[in-house]
Amino acid sequence: MKGGITMTDRETKDLQVKPKQELTSPAEQTRPGLVFTPSVDIFETDREITLLADMPGVSADNLTIDLRENVLTLTGEVAPFEGANEEDVLIEYEIGKYHRQFNLSNVIDQSKIDAKLNDGVLRLSLPKVEAATPRKIKIQTG
Amino acid sequence: MLYRRFFNVPTWGFNRAFSDFDRLRRQMEELYGALSGGALPMPTAGVFPLTNVTEDSENYYVRAELPGIKSSELDIQVTAEGISITGERKIPEEGNNVKYHRREREAGKFSRLINLPGKIDVNKVEASMENGILKVTVPKSEAIKPRQIAVQ
Repeated sequence: MKGGITMTDRETKDLQVKPKQELTSPAEQTRPGLVFTPSVDIFETDREITLLADMPGVSADNLTIDLRENVLTLTGEVAPFEGANEEDVLIEYEIGKYHRQFNLSNVIDQSKIDAKLNDGVLRLSLPKVEAATPRKIKIQTG
Repeated sequence: MLYRRFFNVPTWGFNRAFSDFDRLRRQMEELYGALSGGALPMPTAGVFPLTNVTEDSENYYVRAELPGIKSSELDIQVTAEGISITGERKIPEEGNNVKYHRREREAGKFSRLINLPGKIDVNKVEASMENGILKVTVPKSEAIKPRQIAVQ
């Protein structure tokens, strides 16, 4: 019976609930509060590395992107959503800061980094420096 | 089972004590869950999207985190008892030449029905999206709004 249920789950492409991942090492924290790690997609083409991060509730003003010594740090602050007079009826998710760090190789052209934030999704384009873009090597014969 | 949760805002010193306690309890529950063969760490309906429902004297507020979803891609219906949120999260293809390092964001359809505890005014429901957060404002029906009674 259980197997049957799993199979139907797989057939329909329904979004499953994925609890927000709380940051495990609190070493970075200087202020109290929950810290979550945003879900990210990272992909690479010949010319650039693109990073997409889900950070719902973060506005452009509250987002900090920092690249220092090849460590990329994303930090997003989220304001409490409730108004002053609101009382909880049902609380299923918690809010808090988003924080995540990535190590980048030194091929990123830091002057050309481009960031866009739309509907709570950050899109970060990290272009590679010219020297690092792959070139096809011609093989000489003879 | 509903849990009252507090938000960990530094200025709310009073609430923070409860919040720490809350988290300790959750961690204990997770630990026991792991020992006894798995249990949900948070009391949720298990249906995407997770929602927070709050109320004041005038309205119910339903909020959900839906990053990357445009308001035009959402279908919100109101019934006498509650609201339903239906939609699909699409993550566009990035071309054939890309190589993924990480892929944690998920796409798919979702549909959720939320029953509200009191009667609602179905004609005045409003919804807005901001920074990937959906907020539906559902006015309470006049019949259940608290009324101040003047003492004679």
